[in-house]
Amino acid sequence: MSRVRRRVLFFVPVGIAMAAVLAWGLVGLPSFGLPHSDYARYFAQHATGQRHTTNVVAAIVFDYRGWDTMGEELIMVSGVMGTALLLRSTRGEEHRAARDPVTSELLTWLRPGMIPLVLLLGLWTISYGYITPGGGFQGGVIGAGAALLTWLAGSYQRYQVLTPDPLVDAAEGGGAFVYLAVGLAGLAAGGTYLHNLIPLGTTGDLASGGTIAVLNAATGLAVAAGLVLIFHEFLEDYTETVPDVAAEER
Amino acid sequence: MTTALLVVVLTAVGVLGVCVVLTHDPLRQTVVNGFFGLSLVIFFVVLQAPDVAISELVVSTVAYPLVLLATVYRTGKGTRDPQRKRRAPSDSEAGR
Repeated sequence: MSRVRRRVLFFVPVGIAMAAVLAWGLVGLPSFGLPHSDYARYFAQHATGQRHTTNVVAAIVFDYRGWDTMGEELIMVSGVMGTALLLRSTRGEEHRAARDPVTSELLTWLRPGMIPLVLLLGLWTISYGYITPGGGFQGGVIGAGAALLTWLAGSYQRYQVLTPDPLVDAAEGGGAFVYLAVGLAGLAAGGTYLHNLIPLGTTGDLASGGTIAVLNAATGLAVAAGLVLIFHEFLEDYTETVPDVAAEER
Repeated sequence: MTTALLVVVLTAVGVLGVCVVLTHDPLRQTVVNGFFGLSLVIFFVVLQAPDVAISELVVSTVAYPLVLLATVYRTGKGTRDPQRKRRAPSDSEAGR
């Protein structure tokens, strides 16, 4: 029996079985576009009144299920730390400055406007995260994108100068620490973990939402730093592999 | 109207998802994956979930491709960027 034939003989029954299980599971789902579940109706009615945020999603993410979000953030932080540990142990300590001129005229032309604009977009997405759609995670990734643009449109050297490892490490750990500390402050004040201690403010204002605003900013910081850090670790030995630079030094 | 839009977007999600799987070259796959991500972004917008749409947007255009490209670069698998090999430290270097 040929290999292909054996594969087909294996695939057909397994494929049918999996399709059957999938169909069985899909039948049990709520129908597509079903108006609202009880939870959805509760949050739509009460979230703004209880938490003074106009973006109900942010209220859910950073308050009603703030504990889960903390878990997610810690998963990200430990993932970044693991990657950093693995990659850092495989290389030496020496640093060299790479010279990698930008050859794309379009990038050179867009450079002055693009980087501040993307950075501003990131900060805006974070700071208005609990008022309009957006939030710490999304804005943090955009902010990291702005940092990476300095490498793409500028040079690796500038990118390294603007995002020094100690600063990025501190931002990454600081973001996670603030999240944990806000939770513990709630406990210390006699409430539950992540209990809100800060005045809720006027709905729709930047100064609103209480702890949601703080947790949102902390997440933005940790996400932005985490992404930059991962990219640092991946490209730390970039200087040794750029063909021109290596050839020039020989 | 919304149903027609949903059919179009869901078809795009399905077709582009299969395209990602069928693309073998990791570098090309990164680009195709970007289009797949975009189709998901439109899908979430059509379903009126802007927060998820923005999350998918930043993940599929910034976070995921960058980590993917860095990995492709580091492991040296897939197509090498021909531009990088040809790049000479000539006139554009002088300005710096």
